[in-house]
Amino acid sequence: MDKDIRNAIAARVARDIPEGAYVNLGIGLPTLVANHLPEDKDIFLHSENGVLGRWVAAPPGEEDWDMINAGKEPIKPLPGVVFFHHADSFGMMRGGHLDVCVLGAFQVAANGDLANWHTGAPDAIPAVGGAMDLAIGAKRIFVMMDHLGKDGQSKFLAQCTYPLTGLGCVSRVYTDLATLELTSEGVKVLELVGGTTAERLQELTPVPLDFSFVTVASAAGF
Amino acid sequence: MINKLLPSAADALANIPDGAVVAVGGFGGAGMPDDLIQALIAQGARDLTLVSNNAGQGDSGLAALLKAGRVRRILCSYPRMVGSYVFEELYRAGKIELEIVPQGNLAERLRAAGCGIGALYTPTGYGTLLAEGKETRVIDGRNYVLEYPINVDYALINAEEGDRWGNLVYRKTARNFSPIMAMAASSTIASVGRVVELGELDPERVITPGIFVKHIVLRTDVAPAQQQVG
Repeated sequence: MDKDIRNAIAARVARDIPEGAYVNLGIGLPTLVANHLPEDKDIFLHSENGVLGRWVAAPPGEEDWDMINAGKEPIKPLPGVVFFHHADSFGMMRGGHLDVCVLGAFQVAANGDLANWHTGAPDAIPAVGGAMDLAIGAKRIFVMMDHLGKDGQSKFLAQCTYPLTGLGCVSRVYTDLATLELTSEGVKVLELVGGTTAERLQELTPVPLDFSFVTVASAAGF
Repeated sequence: MINKLLPSAADALANIPDGAVVAVGGFGGAGMPDDLIQALIAQGARDLTLVSNNAGQGDSGLAALLKAGRVRRILCSYPRMVGSYVFEELYRAGKIELEIVPQGNLAERLRAAGCGIGALYTPTGYGTLLAEGKETRVIDGRNYVLEYPINVDYALINAEEGDRWGNLVYRKTARNFSPIMAMAASSTIASVGRVVELGELDPERVITPGIFVKHIVLRTDVAPAQQQVG
């Protein structure tokens, strides 16, 4: 995905995170969200390897390899950061203490099912990390992903075809084309992005979409 | 007088038998007790079950232990880091058994072992491949999977400071799994960056009380841990 498009999605996610929220940003695409959080608001980051508070990427020359995030990248803590062990860290998730978790995905289904750990390829070495814990570990799960896969098919589906990470756990999906809210009454489109029309989005997406909730239609840029 | 400080890692690991369950702290390179792993390789115990978040990178640390053919089975959450080729080769050759455990389940199963909990119901993994064949239960409308404790014979961990009673403090995110592995193990060996006098550690700051620690050794530098992202 184009870097500008990735950053634009990250900016939309960051915009929707309120002050005071406790947030876990998953490995990969979601880490970009940190760069777009407003500096004048206290939004608390959580990383599953036992750190909570606020940080930035460690500047070159200041790397401390005892001070890393869940992506195993060196970070520079800002005042207020705290450390804790792994059981407490995952207790924060599983116990429902996090407000938002932002994850990447291979596929998301309209019922909120998430597939982001395994492509189902028989020769793949399985590796799950914290993906399944994160999937059930926040009050709201946001997914950031391309709307279409490399094969041109929608990654948002009626049913996932890859092995699931969590069942019915996703509440909102941010793609390069739209923002979708998954509800028990169906999939509500909250936002059309980059000049995408309702007709075009529905054509690309094999799930009935409700467009009566579109509040922001960003015609220019992403 | 009780003094848990031993002169060397070799002394601390001398009794580890073949077939032992060994938990190794660390998350990637942070908190990885490289000197203890090197001593374990030298000690020669084999047929080990290894419990650790990752499966090593490059040729040093856990990868070296695997490469030496000492590990029969591994429980971990993420064996597929950049440069985890030693694990990959063994796995593809059918020379190592793998139990993939979601990271939070790994932590909680270790914690349960350390706290005397017989089993636990966790929502993590419900309905996925990793819960196939496991007992489930609905509690207050939420789905749970029954998971069992991971009882450990030896935990090898890294800490920043320790005293002769085995009280430990850690450094930043190098803490990760170490405190709960220390609790889960029958014998915990901690490699510490500094040995301090009794009373020097602020009791309010101690993270692992010495009751969970069998021996400490002063950390010795070995080849630096792999510092790769992935």
